[in-house]
Amino acid sequence: MIDPKTLADHNLTAQEYESIVRLIGREPNLTELGIFSVMWSEHCCYKSSKVHLRKLPTEGRHVIQGPGENAGVLDIGDGLAVVFKIESHNHPSFIEPFQGAATGVGGILRDIFTMGARPVALLDSLRFGPLGAGRNKAIMEGVVSGISSYGNSIGVPTVGGEAAFDPSYSLNPLVNVFCLGLARQDKIFYARADKPGNQVLYVGSKTGRDGIHGATMASAEFGKETEHKRPNVQVGDPFKEKLLLEACLEVMDRNLIVGIQDMGAAGLTCSTTEIPAKSGLGMSVNLDLVPQREEGMTPYEIMLSESQERMLIVAEKARIEEVKKVFAKWDLDAVVIGEIAADGQLKVAFGGQTVIDVPVEAVINRCPVYDRKYEPPSRPSPELDLEALAQPADLKAAFLRLLASPTVADKEWIFRQYDHMVQTNNILLPGGDAAVLRIKGTAKALAMTLDGNAFLAALDPRIGGKAAVAEACRNLACVGATPLGVTNCLNFGNPEKPEVMWQFKEVIEGMAEACRSFGIPVTGGNVSFYNDTEGASVHPTPVLGVVGLLQDAAKMVTPGFKAGGEVVVLLGRTRPELGGSEYLRTVHGFQEGPCPTLDLAEEIAVQELCREAADKGLLRSAHDVSEGGLAVCLAECAFHSRAQVGCDLDFGEEMRTDALLFGESQSRIVVTSKPEDLDKLLGLARKKRVHAVILGETGGTELIFHHQDREAVRVQVAEAYSAWKDALPEAFKIK
Amino acid sequence: MKFGVVVFPGSNCDYDAYHVLLNVLNQDSFFLWHKDHDLKGADCVILPGGFSYGDYLRSGAIARFSPLMREVAEFAERGGLVMGICNGFQILMEMGLLPGAMLRNKRLKFLCQFVHLRLEKTETPFTGLGHRGQVLRIPIAHYEGNYFAPAETLEELERGGQVIFRYCDPEGRLGEEANVNGALNSIAGIINRRGNVLGMMPHPERASEAVMGSQDGRLIFESLLKSLK
Repeated sequence: MIDPKTLADHNLTAQEYESIVRLIGREPNLTELGIFSVMWSEHCCYKSSKVHLRKLPTEGRHVIQGPGENAGVLDIGDGLAVVFKIESHNHPSFIEPFQGAATGVGGILRDIFTMGARPVALLDSLRFGPLGAGRNKAIMEGVVSGISSYGNSIGVPTVGGEAAFDPSYSLNPLVNVFCLGLARQDKIFYARADKPGNQVLYVGSKTGRDGIHGATMASAEFGKETEHKRPNVQVGDPFKEKLLLEACLEVMDRNLIVGIQDMGAAGLTCSTTEIPAKSGLGMSVNLDLVPQREEGMTPYEIMLSESQERMLIVAEKARIEEVKKVFAKWDLDAVVIGEIAADGQLKVAFGGQTVIDVPVEAVINRCPVYDRKYEPPSRPSPELDLEALAQPADLKAAFLRLLASPTVADKEWIFRQYDHMVQTNNILLPGGDAAVLRIKGTAKALAMTLDGNAFLAALDPRIGGKAAVAEACRNLACVGATPLGVTNCLNFGNPEKPEVMWQFKEVIEGMAEACRSFGIPVTGGNVSFYNDTEGASVHPTPVLGVVGLLQDAAKMVTPGFKAGGEVVVLLGRTRPELGGSEYLRTVHGFQEGPCPTLDLAEEIAVQELCREAADKGLLRSAHDVSEGGLAVCLAECAFHSRAQVGCDLDFGEEMRTDALLFGESQSRIVVTSKPEDLDKLLGLARKKRVHAVILGETGGTELIFHHQDREAVRVQVAEAYSAWKDALPEAFKIK
Repeated sequence: MKFGVVVFPGSNCDYDAYHVLLNVLNQDSFFLWHKDHDLKGADCVILPGGFSYGDYLRSGAIARFSPLMREVAEFAERGGLVMGICNGFQILMEMGLLPGAMLRNKRLKFLCQFVHLRLEKTETPFTGLGHRGQVLRIPIAHYEGNYFAPAETLEELERGGQVIFRYCDPEGRLGEEANVNGALNSIAGIINRRGNVLGMMPHPERASEAVMGSQDGRLIFESLLKSLK
């Protein structure tokens, strides 16, 4: 009855089918096959990535919960905890950008409040193809509207993120959504069954036919027929989720429940197996009791539906009425559909018949694990011959082009569509190095950022992995915060290709080394493979979400120049490194070259210096040097100052002017300080053995860069500003 | 002074308003559940921002049918102070307590940003501490804030001095660029004829603490406190 075509449709191999038969002791029926197919999909069980993910450090003194739950949990003192996680919604966002992105937001929010935390911040890392080509503009517009519509409605601010553009994302946009919630440490909830006899409650939206096999879809390459997969994308209802959020937090606050699990990928299948598996128990469920949106649904459809805004709750019998009352107050369904059992089986009844009877342990813990073949690419990327590359005659024109390149340009067009102020915690508006949220009732603030430079990872995945960690932590250092923990979203191509697997392994090992050096644990994350369309893979794109703490919110440092007459200092060393730079892509039109180097000890020293100087009140501003290099960084410092303060600087370094201005050497931060604090700052730099160069002074209305006794660039701040500011609105023809 | 903040399903600025009134201004403040029938002795009722009932229909169109809204209407009729912020403003229009309606923003995008508002009238319980022509810096966050009313209604509002806030530039000048959502006559906030019901699209509760980048919104809450003393 299970023929090879059915198996192929379920993305299961013959070997996987054999082990299913062995594990349950007979041939599975179609519904059971569906269960194994989603739970053993790459998306749900990480079968290709597990062996490498184990290399990441997951322990640390702040960790309350590491990987393996809906989200990671860190201790931030005062009896409080942060709960945070990142998820990708790449495939659905390509097929249906608005709903794909919207439900990505909905899904990550549920991961956070399932654990008892109130979501306080969303951030997004986005990758699109060039805006002038194909559907890219429509995809970006849809994705941004989708995020905006869901986050704004539910009232969780979207406080930051990043967006970058490259042809490799043309047929495969990346939409990675990060959410952070605040919880009391004594009110954190897990997927838990506790003991037999406990009741299983279904709460939230009714189940429909949407999103069946969404997880399986996310575990295969796309071809030309992706249009047909539109019904696999779910439809979001942020209003329902807002009610669900309030009702769940209320039953948790009153300690009315034992355990809870959201129904995200794989829907009822996932929650009905994971909850009992975590307590070594079983569960019996009657599907006739599941609230349904449409008639005539089969057990297969009910079990595999990915209808949004649903949760499974386990509660003691004596509490059921109280739980139901809370959900009724919020106009939500809450129906007992089953019971926790001692036998370790998932037993599902439908129309009086048993349609599923499988050991939950087999579904959850016996998923195949693959150590897939990996191999470096046969053709290494060609070296960049700097000598052969002519410097542009007009460096100012090159500078303005760089400022207007979408990856560098102002992202206000995106973030003003997001409500980034609701909940009134956000004390640093979007566009800075990190998002900073005060914690009401304390002096502290949380800082968080998403970062990942796929251009470096494409040149050298190991350095790319390290650099992603380093830059995200550097963003936090710029606002004065100490990193506490990491979540990551790893976007790669097809893992069955040895080259892709090699990129993955290298990125992980780079990240692991960097996380160990920084002493920060990885508390969870997400792997998104099969980002291939029509045979081409995206750049390896590790996106890091790092969460940090400022003990005193009043000590926060911001990127903008504050006044004229202040000293501009560059912390960190500039090397002649043009490889992988935005300048090479935008001005010269190619991506090759040696990857910039990254010395972790140097990086850590620069960050410690920045943080310590911030804490001592020596800094007036701080901004990390990243895409676009030093010149762009300095311009942004001017743009972020309210009065658009300019600067007149002289760079002494011996190297090509374009490499100095636009190269992307790592481990650098531009800071300003009052002249009277300069000695203290330089003294601190000497103590930390950090290379610190005085570049010049703030003031005037121009950006003036001298190099080797020559004026390399002179431009009015206002002119540079409009190149940077107008690029995205121009691209969308909206000013 | 007692402030009641109404909570509808989908309200999301309820806690922000409550926080400012309770923790910043130290006032007796409490939530009012939309299904209840009692204003609990509030001197001023706040209808907060958010997406009541998801705003899938016209914004505020369903919230007006919440049981508590009958109490709010009677309270307003007796001269009680009612203030609607953003979605609250939309609800007040749906209830008929304020004239007009909101269209989508002129560029058909949600807008979250600081704007400047010119204070047009100070002889109201909500603005008594300001001076005419004063410019306030307060954020907006909405998709449907493009104020619309028929010509005769608009004329009536203007003649009666019922326009309280207009979008302007930092110097207080009106113009197409400053009028970010395209509202008729740059209207950002209006009051009823009797002067006890205010609706405004900008969020004063987001600009009431120095750490939030502006404290201009306090003028409204502090004016209320003074008027009720």
